[in-house]
Amino acid sequence: MTRSSRAMRIGPTAAALAALAAATLVAGCSSSDSTPAGDTTTSAAASPVTGDITVFAAASLKKTFTELGEKFEAEHPGTNVEFSFAGSSDLVAQLSQGAPADVFASADTKNMTKAVDAGLTAAAPVNFATNTLTIVTPPGNPRHIATFADLANPGNQVVVCAPQVPCGAATQKIEEATGTDITPVSEEASVTDVLGKVTSGQADAGLVYVTDAAGAGAAVTTVPFPESSGAVNTYPIAELKSSENSPVAAEFVELVTGPTGRQVLAGAGFAAP
Amino acid sequence: MNRAAETTARATGRDGLRVHARLDHRDVDLDLDLEPGQVLAVLGPNGAGKSTLLSLIAGLVRPDRGRVELEGRVLTDTASGEFVPAHARGVAMLSQQALLFPHLSVAENVAFAPRSRGETRSAARGIADRWLHEVEADELASRRPTQLSGGQAQRVAIARALAADPRLLLLDEPMAALDVGSAPAVRRLLRRILREERRTAVLVTHDLLDALALADRVIVLESGRIVERGSVREVLTSPRSAFAARMAGVNLVSGTIEEQGILRTSWGTTLSGIGEAAVGSDAVALFRPGAVAVHLEPPPHASPRNVIAVTIAELDVHGATVRVRGVDHPDGSTGPAADVTAAAVADLDLAPGQHVYFVVKTQEMELHPALAPTAPARPTDN
Amino acid sequence: MTPLGVLRTVTRSRGPGGEVAVGLPRWVYLPALLGACFVILPLVAMLLEIDWAHFVPLVTSESSRAALLLSMKTATASTVLCVLVGVPMALVLARSSFPGQSVLRSLVLLPLVLPPVVGGIALLYTFGRQGLLGHQLEAFGIRIAFTTTAVVLAQTFVALPFLVVSLEGALRTAGRRYETVAATLGARPTTVLRRVTLPLVLPGLISGAVLAFARSLGEFGATLTFAGSLQGVTRTLPLEIYLQRETDPEAAVALSLLLVLVAALIVIGTSRRRSGGVL
Repeated sequence: MTRSSRAMRIGPTAAALAALAAATLVAGCSSSDSTPAGDTTTSAAASPVTGDITVFAAASLKKTFTELGEKFEAEHPGTNVEFSFAGSSDLVAQLSQGAPADVFASADTKNMTKAVDAGLTAAAPVNFATNTLTIVTPPGNPRHIATFADLANPGNQVVVCAPQVPCGAATQKIEEATGTDITPVSEEASVTDVLGKVTSGQADAGLVYVTDAAGAGAAVTTVPFPESSGAVNTYPIAELKSSENSPVAAEFVELVTGPTGRQVLAGAGFAAP
Repeated sequence: MNRAAETTARATGRDGLRVHARLDHRDVDLDLDLEPGQVLAVLGPNGAGKSTLLSLIAGLVRPDRGRVELEGRVLTDTASGEFVPAHARGVAMLSQQALLFPHLSVAENVAFAPRSRGETRSAARGIADRWLHEVEADELASRRPTQLSGGQAQRVAIARALAADPRLLLLDEPMAALDVGSAPAVRRLLRRILREERRTAVLVTHDLLDALALADRVIVLESGRIVERGSVREVLTSPRSAFAARMAGVNLVSGTIEEQGILRTSWGTTLSGIGEAAVGSDAVALFRPGAVAVHLEPPPHASPRNVIAVTIAELDVHGATVRVRGVDHPDGSTGPAADVTAAAVADLDLAPGQHVYFVVKTQEMELHPALAPTAPARPTDN
Repeated sequence: MTPLGVLRTVTRSRGPGGEVAVGLPRWVYLPALLGACFVILPLVAMLLEIDWAHFVPLVTSESSRAALLLSMKTATASTVLCVLVGVPMALVLARSSFPGQSVLRSLVLLPLVLPPVVGGIALLYTFGRQGLLGHQLEAFGIRIAFTTTAVVLAQTFVALPFLVVSLEGALRTAGRRYETVAATLGARPTTVLRRVTLPLVLPGLISGAVLAFARSLGEFGATLTFAGSLQGVTRTLPLEIYLQRETDPEAAVALSLLLVLVAALIVIGTSRRRSGGVL
């Protein structure tokens, strides 16, 4: 909440002194109001930020963000980054109910918009990565699936995300664009469950994110398909109003959106925003 | 606890009931025969093995070694491994509790056995009605077991057991749970059914009246062994076991015949009596409480008589007489009892703890040979 | 007035005479009330959250109806399966004795302790395409994963211990006296079971079946892991709620209330004229 300041009719020097004193007080207090919108300045030398922050991030960001958190703590000694990974809609629900957090990174723009509409964000969200779909099969691709159209083959047991979740929405979009009609044996509520069905050998194929496929390594065989560019999932990140450590939160967002972040994310398979 | 091998079979009672069985973990070793159409009363203290005997006959318990035969048919034989299951034996049981099936009506309860045999519902109902009539419980037919009194329930249980057309009836203290008012009626019913219909039955009881009213023969069980057997009349008029004597209200003292007509107890007392026991043999001396005279001082010798020093343990009033009972004998057997008038008690100022003398004429003391020695007594486990 | 004083006033006997409750000290009411509140208040909180204007359209949507119907069908099927298999199990555990019986009883109760997801994984390793039995079944062309059968199996797995425990307890309490009598009256073992044993433990059997049904209705983790989630085939009501949470939390709450209502109806409906048993 911004404190509305009333103009005071005192001398200019006194006013400047008072402003300086006020600024020092604000900076020194632990429970301070957040800084006005849009103020995320960095200096050439890393400013000494300390304290703890909590980051709510989509489940698909677990590996990359954990790594970025460690880098951040190394760069800024005295800071501690706590993560809470879950489905984006779950996270938004928790934030709406008043869960304390400093940063929110969503797996799609839809959930971030929900957060913005609910007045939870302190600044405009910044897109920091994109993700596309890919086909995964059990190792060795026993059913010899090569194209997106193969998924519609009734002999194949295909598992996808339900349309209500971002990866499912993307799947549906591509289906419509290509005129393919996949009849899945299961529509999971999370992409992790889809991956799980493929790695356990239950399904012949599944549609997951490129990053999930990369993370699964040798447990799956990846079959990329060109139509995947038809449904790109954008990942936004934003600082939250409920943050009690705004400088650190801002620094973290900087890290994620900056070159370090881009490098780590690219390594996991994310594409540039 | 390894024991000797099984006892050999008897040749009597081929068509009746024959049981010989031993069961180590309940310490039971039994051997009995029963003629068809006879009722056997089984007496004995608690834990003697009476219920085990019934369970062995009914097929609810397997003996370690033994054989059970009924009407020439082998029910249990450990030697050949034969074992007829309980439901195929034709042996019906009645216990203290009627145990009527609570979820069935009275008529359905009685019809249970015929239905289990395969009779149609209507045929079974007919049989049930007939037996309900026999036990004079027609009006109870549509009631539920919870609505019946103890006596009524036991009647229905009898009808239910008879509707099974059993070859043998087992009765485990059937009157024990009934109040004083209902017991006589049920006893009369059983007498009619058992005696008039010449049914073979084994009746376990604590109650002398049951044995007298219903049974032809008696066995006495103590510590899992049969210590006495005979006809009702024999056992109750001339009991040989302490339990039977107590039941019959007769005084019994054990010892050995020292010389003709003299019995010496294990604690040194000598008793003189009449009887045919051989010198040197184990024997029992029997005398009725009514034949005892109580003296405060030992009387000088006049006619042949026994004088027994007794410490009074308790006084019991039995109608017009008072039974004066002495403390137990040194060998643990029940102390002697004397019946005297209340006036005599007052005259002599008798009270527990007092030292008196019981005087019994030799003519009134009977000496009988003891029964064949059984295996040494073991602690009973219930 | 002190709390105890309030209790005293509330529980003082007024009105017509009758039996006095013995063995119920007054202070017992307090923790009992706390426990009741603990269970009821979340339900009340849910009720207050509901958007009543949209409640009916939310619970009568196509996906909701499909989920409810599937839940009822599968829960009924798994309850039947539990009874068919669980009654013999309870009988054996209660009536016979053999070496290792206590171990067997512990194993049977295992699904009670396992997190349902773990149960689902175990079922997968058994009936999945590459599973212990699933492998053989695939050869015969029988596929279990992703089918409604898988849902029923998952529900049976988690619900069976409830029925077995409930019934075994009832059998032990009932004792064998009546069975003994029935046998001496000439009834064969099957007849004894049919006409004496089962009718006498019917209350325990019914309450065990109701418990199993309720557990099946609410089953989630094992179903998700083992059977998958497809409308009309494997997406039971709990799975539908899980999915709706992503986009429409209000629908999720409405469906949750529907599930509570159905469960409550079943429990209340079967507890009316019975005595004995768990419920």
